[in-house]
Amino acid sequence: MLDNLKILLHQGKQYIPDVTTAKVPGIFRGRPVISMEKVNETALIDVCPTNAISINPVCIDLGKCTFCGECAFAFPNKIKFTTDYKIATNDPGKLIIKEGHDESIGLDPELIRAEIYRCFSGSLKLRQVSAGGDNSCELELNACGNVNFDMGRFGIEFVASPRHADGIVITGPITTNMAEPLQICYDTIPEPKIIILAGTDAISGGIFEGSKALNRGFLTRYKIDLYVPGNPIHPLTFINGILDLIKKRK
Amino acid sequence: MNYISLKNNQTIPVSNIPELDYASFLELNLSFVKSSSCHCVNYFGFPHAGKIKLICSIADDELQSVRVSSSVVDAKQPLPSFTKQNLVFEKFEREIHENFGIPYKDHPWLKPVRFPFNQANKKIGIADYPFFNIESEELHEVGVGPIHAGIIEPGHFRFICNGEQILHLEIQLGYQHRGIEQLFLEKKKLLQRITLAENISGDSVAGHTTAFVNLWESLCNYQPGKDLQLARTLAMELERVAVHTGDLSAMCTDVAYQLGSAVFGRLRTPVINFFQKWCGNRLAKGLIRVGKTNFPFSNELGDELTKLFDDFEKDFEGMSEELFELPSALARFEKTGVIATDQAATIGTVGMSARMSGISRDIRSSHPHDFYIELQHEPIIKHHGDVYSRAQIRKEEIRQSIRYIRQLIQNVPQETDNLQQLSSPQPNSFTIALTEGWRGEICHCAITDETGELAHYKIKDPSFHNWLAVGLAVRNNEISDFPICNKSFDLSYCGHDL
Repeated sequence: MLDNLKILLHQGKQYIPDVTTAKVPGIFRGRPVISMEKVNETALIDVCPTNAISINPVCIDLGKCTFCGECAFAFPNKIKFTTDYKIATNDPGKLIIKEGHDESIGLDPELIRAEIYRCFSGSLKLRQVSAGGDNSCELELNACGNVNFDMGRFGIEFVASPRHADGIVITGPITTNMAEPLQICYDTIPEPKIIILAGTDAISGGIFEGSKALNRGFLTRYKIDLYVPGNPIHPLTFINGILDLIKKRK
Repeated sequence: MNYISLKNNQTIPVSNIPELDYASFLELNLSFVKSSSCHCVNYFGFPHAGKIKLICSIADDELQSVRVSSSVVDAKQPLPSFTKQNLVFEKFEREIHENFGIPYKDHPWLKPVRFPFNQANKKIGIADYPFFNIESEELHEVGVGPIHAGIIEPGHFRFICNGEQILHLEIQLGYQHRGIEQLFLEKKKLLQRITLAENISGDSVAGHTTAFVNLWESLCNYQPGKDLQLARTLAMELERVAVHTGDLSAMCTDVAYQLGSAVFGRLRTPVINFFQKWCGNRLAKGLIRVGKTNFPFSNELGDELTKLFDDFEKDFEGMSEELFELPSALARFEKTGVIATDQAATIGTVGMSARMSGISRDIRSSHPHDFYIELQHEPIIKHHGDVYSRAQIRKEEIRQSIRYIRQLIQNVPQETDNLQQLSSPQPNSFTIALTEGWRGEICHCAITDETGELAHYKIKDPSFHNWLAVGLAVRNNEISDFPICNKSFDLSYCGHDL
C-alpha cells in the first residue's frame, strides 16, 4: 500500500496543463508552408508517394499527405513542415494547403450542426472502428486517453458499444471486409451522431488508395463532421480538433 | 543438391533454386523440419508460366542459413499436403489453397486465412463463414467482434462455453486485408514501396521497414554504411522497448490494476517522443529509407537517449517490482492462458510466443544482420507458457534492449559522406530478408522478372504463425480471462491480413 503511494507521489502531475498551447518536442511535421519560389513542378509532383501535391497553384492535400517530409527534403526552399499540430478541420477544402499561405487551419463554424454544441459540448462518447487501420492511429487514439494527454478531463471518452456512443471515429482505408461491420455499427448509434475520420488512410485511403481490397462507399453516404490528418495522427491534433468541434458556437 | 542454402538478406538468381517434382519437394522439406533447430520461415506460391511455382524456405538456426527449394504444380491438380505429416505447415498451405485453389487431398482443415480480394474461390465471403459449432443444450456460443470494445483492430472470436469456462475458441481474421502484396507490384516508386512497408503493421514500423530495406539493398547490390546499420538496429530496439512498455500497461488494464496501467502507459511516452525528436514521427515512420537516411543519429541524440533511459529505468524498475510481487496481479497472470512446449512446437510459433514456452527462436541470434552481429544476442527464454511468462519476457527484454541501446550509442559511426548510387534491382532474382520484430520473426521475399521489376512480393508477419496459439491458450480458462490472454500475446491483425 505504502509502496503504491510512493510510486503515485513520485509520478507527480503527468497531464499536459493546457493542450491548446502545448509544444510538441522535436521535429514534428505538422502543417506545411509552401513558398512562392519557382521549382521544377514535374519533379515536385513526382516526389510524393500518394499524389498529395498538385500544381496551378502548388498545393498539398493534407488528406492524402503521409507527412513523410520527402518533398521538403527534395525542395527545402519550397516546402517546410511547421510544428503546428492543429490541422484538424471540418471543411475538406481547408485540408488543401496552397502556396503562399501560412494561416492556421481551423474549423468552419458554419458547417457545425447546432445539435453538436447543444448535446456534446460537455460530454462526447465515441466509438472507435478500425476499418483496415495499421494500428498506428489506434495506438495514438489510446494515447489520447493516457495520463499525459488525458482527454477524459474534457468529457471525451471511447466507449465499448455503439449504443452508448455519440459518434464514430474511423481509422484505416475501409477494407471491403470491414465495410458491412462499419455500416452496422454506424446504424446502431442513436441520433444525433457524428463521424470523425482519423488519419490519412481514413480520409483518402493514403498509400492504399486504388487497392481493390477497399470499399469506401460508406464515406459517400454521409457528411463527415471532422477530418483529422496525420500518419499517424498526433494526440494533440485529435484532442484540439474535437474541442474545436464541440465547443465552438455558431 | 536439391535445395540451395542462403544467408539472411542474400540475393540469388531464381534459376538457382532447384526445382523438384512435388513428391520429392514434400519429402525434402518434411525431413528438414524434423530437426528442432529448423523451422519454416516462408512457404508460398506465385503464378508462373500458367502454373503455380511453390517456394519453401526452411531456416536452420544452428547453421545460420535458409534452405530454399521449389516445385511447379498445376493449380487444379489434387496434391498430398505437407500438413498431414507435420502441422507447422498448415497455415502456409491454407494460404496457398486460398490464393490459388490448389485442392489438397488430406489437409485437416482448409480454413480461410484472410478472404483476400483475389482469392481463388470468389463465392465465399467473410460474413458467412461457418464457425465450428456444437449442438448442445448446455453449451453456448459467444461471438466477439469484428469491432471490439477497446481501440484495437478488428477480428472475430467465436467461443463455445460451458458457463464461464471456454471449451473452444475459433478466430477468423481478414477484416484488415488491404491487398498490400498486390500494391507492392502496382506502386512502382521506391518511396511508395517503403511507405507500404511502414504501413504493414503500424506498431512494427522498424521491424518491417528494416526487412524491406535490407531486401531492397541486397537486390540492388548496395552495402549500407555502418551509420545506417546502427540507426536501423537502434530503431528496432527502441521500438521493442516502446511497445513492450505499452503492452505491460495494457496487461495491467486487463487485470484492473490501475496504477500499473497509468505508470507504464506514461513511461511509453518519452520513448516514442524520442522517435519524434529523432525523425519527427512518434512511430518512426519516415526514419528508415533505402540507401540513405533523412535523420542521421548524432551524438547529441545519443546523450538525450542516455538521459531518457536513466530516468526511465528508475520508474520502470520501481513499477515492475511492485507489479511482479502483487498477489492480485500474479493471481490473474499465473497459470492463465498456458501453451505447453509441445503445443508451441506443434503449431510452429515464433518469436515471443515461442520463447515463452521454452523454444528458442530469435532471428537476432540465429540469423543476425546489421549491428546484431556485434551485439551477440542471447534470447530470453521462459518455460511456463502462461501470461506470467509473457509478462516476464517483456520486462526482461526491455532491460536487455536498454542495455543494447546504451552499448550501441557509445560509438556512433560517422555519417557516410559519399553515398553510393543505388543501382537497379537485379533481374530474375530471389531475395529473402529476415528480421526479429518485437513480436517475432518477419520475413520478406521478393522475386524480380527479366526487367528487374518486382514479379512477386511475399510478406510474412510473425502473427501469421501465432494466432492459432491464442485459440489454444484460452481453452479451459474463464471467458473473463480472454482479454488478458489476448493482450499477453498482442498479435497483429493487420500484419496477418496484409
